[in-house]
Amino acid sequence: MILVLFALTLWAAAFALNIRLAAGPHTRAVHLAVPLIFGLTILAMWELIVRGLDVPMVILPAPSLIAGAFTDNLPVLWADLNQTFVKGALTGYAIGATAAFAVALLADRYTFLKRGLLPVGNFMAALPIVGTAPILVMWFGFDWQSKAAVVVVMVFFPILVNTVAGLTDTQAMQRDLMRTYGASYGQTLLKLRLPAAMPFIFNGLKISTTLALIGAIVAEFFGSPTLGMGFRISTSVGQLALDMVWAEIVVAALAGSAFYGIVAFIEKRVTFWHPSHRG
Amino acid sequence: MTGTTAPLSAPGAGVGRSGRVALWLRSVRTGFLPILTVIAGLILIWYFACIPMNAQQSVLLAERAGQTVTPETAADRRGMSGAAIALRNPAAAMASAFVQDRPRLPAPHQVAAELWGSTVGLAVTSKRSLVYHAWVTLSATLLGFAFGTALGILLAIGIVHSRVMDMSVMPWAIVSQTVPIIAIAPMIIVVLYSIGLQGIVPKAIISTYLSFFPVVVGMVKGLRSPDAMQLDLLRTYGSNQNQTFWKLRLPASLPYLFASLKIGICASLIGAIVGELPTGAVAGLGARLLAGSYYGQTVQIWSALFAAAILAAVLVGLIGAIEKVLLRRMGLNA
Repeated sequence: MILVLFALTLWAAAFALNIRLAAGPHTRAVHLAVPLIFGLTILAMWELIVRGLDVPMVILPAPSLIAGAFTDNLPVLWADLNQTFVKGALTGYAIGATAAFAVALLADRYTFLKRGLLPVGNFMAALPIVGTAPILVMWFGFDWQSKAAVVVVMVFFPILVNTVAGLTDTQAMQRDLMRTYGASYGQTLLKLRLPAAMPFIFNGLKISTTLALIGAIVAEFFGSPTLGMGFRISTSVGQLALDMVWAEIVVAALAGSAFYGIVAFIEKRVTFWHPSHRG
Repeated sequence: MTGTTAPLSAPGAGVGRSGRVALWLRSVRTGFLPILTVIAGLILIWYFACIPMNAQQSVLLAERAGQTVTPETAADRRGMSGAAIALRNPAAAMASAFVQDRPRLPAPHQVAAELWGSTVGLAVTSKRSLVYHAWVTLSATLLGFAFGTALGILLAIGIVHSRVMDMSVMPWAIVSQTVPIIAIAPMIIVVLYSIGLQGIVPKAIISTYLSFFPVVVGMVKGLRSPDAMQLDLLRTYGSNQNQTFWKLRLPASLPYLFASLKIGICASLIGAIVGELPTGAVAGLGARLLAGSYYGQTVQIWSALFAAAILAAVLVGLIGAIEKVLLRRMGLNA
């Protein structure tokens, strides 16, 4: 009980600190510190409450136990990450993004195709595409190829829709200027419309990073070799080894955040001219 | 775009027709025709793909029926691609590409027949009725969606009104979405089962988690959408924070809310379907998918998939209709 009380006082203290920080001048440090304090407080409260109330590990393991499982099983976790993320998700992401980009260029060239493809693509992007996982696993076998295939299907439509929308995002004045320069279709595309489309394309790419990881993991529920993050999660749940499940979740969160962060970083370098990145 | 911006009175546009007919014709040309063409193209590709995808099985059937096929034994054919087999035995591959019991790729009409048979052809209470399974999934979806929307709106109100909430919660709400929650659905189901919760609630929790984020982001944007001029006006009226919220911020946020609700309901449907996977295939569209993949019932998988797609489309359409009516009554013509 004392630990729980301690957790609550810690919460109050951290919250008061955050209020003071937020009311003060907004420097870069404050912007980093406030969410960090919030996150650390949650972690500390989790640990204290789980210990204080003796929550069984089957329901919720304490963060320290999860950290232990994480460091003890590093080789296993690394192998899983390699199988699911590098082989399944990244390969599928690359293929899916390339295919979507190619189709988007085609749709952009032929207005009729665009009018038909855009509503259909928008519709498909909203569908539970994860459901195709059992079919694709049946077609491409249990190994990473089927996971990559699921990821291809999942990331295709968001990137397609965003790219097509981005390619139309130029003003008549700008296009007229290119015409007065005597620019060909290819030159207009390369020098004007593709750069203008970049914020949209990166929006699609960023949305797809998490979709890729989700697709690769969920596809493993329908059959996988004896490694992979989805496989490990479903078997560890069966063994009630929840600390291992949570360690896998930590890996997934780290990989997902890193993937998103890298794409966001590239976006910042490519679209440095965009208002949202200036200043 | 030129089609929709050209004046209706353009030369030849409305000869002998009323403006209304011309408008309708234009919507056909720029709206339905391309979409129908693309859909017809997809169905055509689908039919065509059935031939090589099912070739292995078709040729095996032909061989068993006593026809001569090349290569002659199934062992020789194992390593070959479907397209190569179909090219060498065009007649046999064509003959049974669209009528197999358990094809690798069922033809569209097989899926449509199964879909029709398991919705209209069976009593709603039957365990094989897709309506029954769709209802199981839908109830979890709606419950989770309601929770997620409520949670999302509350968080957004907090974020807009409190600087601390904004600075501390928002970054974590974003980080929370990089965790592939769907992947840990089995754990949530098992953990909740161990404390005695089962059935609809665990699935609804997964749906809640997936649907709250779009609502938070949309609502924060929407509640902040009134510009400084409008806020100043309310200040000159001497209205307090409460009144500003009810009379300005909330109405202004509705278009944003509906846009997020459409994303949220799709996310919650996905959550409910994935939530059904680890429960051991009892009931629901997800369970149909899993059972179909265990027993190689491809037609069943495809029909469950299409049922899910139709459900998603209906839900989004419903929210769109509510949005249209509500915004029109508020005088915001969306």
